Order: sequence, then C-alpha cells, then structure tokens
Amino acid sequence: MQKILGKATRDAYGETLVEIGKMNPEVVVLDADLSKSTKSALFSEKFPERFFNVGIQEANLVGVAAGLASCGKIPFISSFASFLVSKGFDQFRMGVAFSELNVKVVGSHGGITVGEDGASQMAIEDVALMTSLPGFVVMVPSDEISTRALVFEIAKYPGPVYMRTGRPKAPVVHKAGTDFKIGKGVRLREGKDLTILANGLEVFEALEAAEHLAEDGISASVIDMHTVKPLDTELLLEEAKRTGHVLVAEEHQIWGGLGSAVATFLAKQHPCKMGFVAIQDTFAESGKAEELLEKYGLTYPHIIKAAKKILGR
Amino acid sequence: MEKLSVEQLKARAKLVRRHIIEMTGAAASGHPGGSLSVTEILVALYSNLMEHNPQDPQWPDRDRLILSKGHASPALYAALAETGYFSPKTLKDFRKLGSPLQGHPDRRKLPGVEASTGSLGQGLSMGIGMALARRLDKKSYYTYVITSDGEMNEGQTWEAAAMAAHHKVDHLIAFLDYNKFQLDDSTKNICDMEPVVEKWKAFRWHTFEIDGHDVKQILNAVKKAKKVQGQPVMIIAHTIKGKGVSFMEGNNAFHGVAPKPEEVAKALKELS
Repeated sequence: MQKILGKATRDAYGETLVEIGKMNPEVVVLDADLSKSTKSALFSEKFPERFFNVGIQEANLVGVAAGLASCGKIPFISSFASFLVSKGFDQFRMGVAFSELNVKVVGSHGGITVGEDGASQMAIEDVALMTSLPGFVVMVPSDEISTRALVFEIAKYPGPVYMRTGRPKAPVVHKAGTDFKIGKGVRLREGKDLTILANGLEVFEALEAAEHLAEDGISASVIDMHTVKPLDTELLLEEAKRTGHVLVAEEHQIWGGLGSAVATFLAKQHPCKMGFVAIQDTFAESGKAEELLEKYGLTYPHIIKAAKKILGR
Repeated sequence: MEKLSVEQLKARAKLVRRHIIEMTGAAASGHPGGSLSVTEILVALYSNLMEHNPQDPQWPDRDRLILSKGHASPALYAALAETGYFSPKTLKDFRKLGSPLQGHPDRRKLPGVEASTGSLGQGLSMGIGMALARRLDKKSYYTYVITSDGEMNEGQTWEAAAMAAHHKVDHLIAFLDYNKFQLDDSTKNICDMEPVVEKWKAFRWHTFEIDGHDVKQILNAVKKAKKVQGQPVMIIAHTIKGKGVSFMEGNNAFHGVAPKPEEVAKALKELS
C-alpha cells in the first residue's frame, strides 16, 4: 500500500479548533504550557481572549474546565496525553465524568511514536484509564482527514470526550469526504476470512498487512475503529459473524485498550478466534518512531503473523 | 430573595445546627464537626449575601457557591432547605438509598448544588472556571468557594492559587473554614500549613482574617471582598470544629462520626 504521509493528527486538531472557534463563540481552549506541541496555540493566536494557559498544572486545568463547562462554555483542554490523563485523572473522575460536564479532552503525543523523548512522555494507558470513567467517549483517530471530521463531531456532542492525537505525521488512510460519526467504525476494506480492527497509526499498518495477506490468499476486512467507547458493536458483530476471526491492533498497552473492549463484547455476543497486536505490558524507550513500532511489535509484519496464527496457517 | 438580618441569621444558624445533628444522627454517619464549623458562613451567604433564586436554581446570573469541603454536606443541605430550595422535611433522607441528599454533594441530584465535591482540593479550580466564564460573558455574578484547612494539604489548591492570581481572576471569593482539625488529628500535628495568611498573600490573593462564627464579620468581609478588582479573595475564617454543641466543640472524635441517639438529644437541648 502506498504510504502518503499527511499531517500529524495533532496538527489537524489544532487547525480544526480554529474553524470551530469561528463558528461557536462558546468554545474556549485551555492548555498546560504545551500549546505549541499540542497545537492549541493555533487557537490562542486567533482567539486570545478565549484561550487560557494555566501553566504546568494538569489537575487545576481540568477543574477550571469543569467550572467553565458548568456555565455553558465548551472547553477543549490539551496537554500531552501522558501527563493530562494521569495527573488529571481524579479531576476527570469527579469534576467531569461524575459531574456530567461537557469537557473535551485532547491528549497529544499518544502512544510510543513520541519517539526520542522516551517512555515518560508516552501515553500507553490513556485509553484504559479514560474508558473506565462512566459516560466518557474515547477515541483515537487515525489520520488528518478523520481527525478533522471527528473534532467537528465532538464539538457538537453534548458530553465529555477524550481524544488521543499523535506526534508524527500520519499516513492518510481515508478518502476526503468520508462520513465520520462518534461510535461508528469505518470499513476501509472488506474481506471474508478475517477482520482487523485498528485505530490510530495501526490503521495504516492493518491496511498494509491486509494487502500482503491477500497475496497469500487471505481476505481480510480492515476497520478503523476510531471510537473505543461507545464501541460500534453492530459493525463488530456483523464482521465477527461473517469472518469468524477478529484481530485487534492498537498502539496501546494490551491491558484495557480497544482489544479488551472488543474481547469483552465478543465473549458475550459471539465468541470467536481473536488475536491482539498491542504493547505487551511494558514501557517503551527512546528511539525513532518507526524503530519503536517495530521493536514493540506494532508494524504490519507483526499483524500478518498474528493473523496467520489465529487462522491456523 | 429576602435578606435576613444579623439576628435572623443567628437564629437560622442555630436551626441549621439542629438539622446537622438530626441528619447525622438519623443517618448514623456523616461529618458533624466540620459541618458545625462552617454553619455561619453558609447561612450568611445563602440567606443574605448571595443573589440567587431557589425557585429558579439555574438562573444564569445567580451567584455560585461551591462547597469544596464536600463532607460538610449536612450544613449545605440544611442551609439550602431553609433558604427554600426544597422542603426541610427532605433532610431526614440524608444518605439514604435513592435520596438526592447524597453523602457528599452531587450536582446532578440536588438543585442548588453547583458542584459535585468530596475529593478534596478541587473546588477552587472549578470556582476559577465559573469566574472566568463570568468574565467572558460580561456578567456580574460572584463565585464563592468554601475550602477547608485540611484541603490546603492538596497540591491542586496551590495550582489553583497561583493560576487565579496570575490570570487576575476576580469576582471569586473563597472562604477557608479554619477549624484547626483534619480527620486524623489537629492540622498542627498532621501537616501544618502555617503561616496560612502569609501563604495566601504570597500567592497574591487579597486576604481577610475573621471570626467565622461572627455573622457581622462575615457580612463585612464579603462586602469589602466584592470591591476587590483584578485579584481573587481568600477570607480566612477562624472557626471551632463542632461549634455550638459543648461536647463536640474542639472534639475531633466528631469529625466523621455521628452523634449517638443520647448525644443527639443532649445536643438538641443545647441548641433549643
């Protein structure tokens, strides 16, 4: 599959935020001294009066956003996913989820493709933590096209949302004009032997794997499951019934990510053969993004291997 | 909203104290000590100082109050009920299954509760958010946050303190219910935050220091606090844990333990 690098999902987020800011005066943006990296700085340049940089303090960031939301504002808050989710977690739990407030949380630099900065900067547990909060929508978009569309969607959605964006440029996997809805997966390839569900950068790896599998006579569906919660159970069930083999690929700790969500659903509704490509309960390290994906088992050859294993070939 | 006089506020404070004893006694749980210390502050705010409408709890221009020390919920519920948000008869359902009067305040369940609290240290941040929304909307309401001395142990308190001053957040008036005790022991013995007034001054807050059981001092401090511009306000209110009941005053055994039936009877007699 031809790899056409688009913008990083964090860039698509920052640019879309400016568009949303023009359309909706209730949108406010907050950051914790990482706005140049999360790209919320683009909003601050256009709408300085609606932008608040709180300094390096994630707990307060979340609490302030909750207060703004309780007065009808639509706060988008950003920082690195690793710091925002773990340092702001009790505030997400009490101030946002339990309080049912309309706060949009966008954590950038998700996953291990942060690269050279190393493990302390890499959120590999953000999806596990945020899906554990009642009422939170949790999503991991794959490319700039889907990120733009989904940022518009979450701005319209009246409730708490967590979205992970990434540091590196992301391969374009979607066609312009594709319809994206919260909680609706996008089928990029239809197959009959196996279904590969992926999100984030793993969607490209899954498509690449599917092409190679086709050369070996294996027909694989590829779904961009950008929303982990609520899970698109309708599409999942349809695929599981048709192919009977489900493989999940994600740039996340194996405990508590998309794979866990899919397995929990299928165990009840349609048990079938499953495989999981994810980070195997370990922290990563410094290195180039592509080197890390390879070392931690997330590139397409790993997906091919896992696919053949569950198919018994 | 009718604004009660000083004498009426004192009488209402006594009534709220009676409710606190009855509620915690009936629930056989709850936090009477820190509820009794914050009573005058809540009564003065809801029954005199605040612009609000119990018949329209979501009135957009209302003053907001966040009880950051959420364990003092009995005082909050009693003050809300006596101000007209709901019937004081409902107070007997405190902490019962299905009741809107949850152990700690839940904004989804009870009209008048502005923020869900109970995990200490979060109220100031939420208050800053409300005050910033006011600024953006060019409204004139005030946001009040009631914090506790134990809560000052929390790091988030100081994140909020620094950020509010830097962003020149005004129309934000916080109270510190300084009753000198936290769950395990006196604040002095657990994690002494002194010098407290100097800390808030150093964080560039405008401070007042008052007797938190003197209604007149509360009214005066808030009147002055409302005139402060471009700066948040912290009113350090010296209080007595368990205030109003002789055997509970300064007795930290009643931090999170309810009075037994005979203690309820004795306390109500003192508060009659």
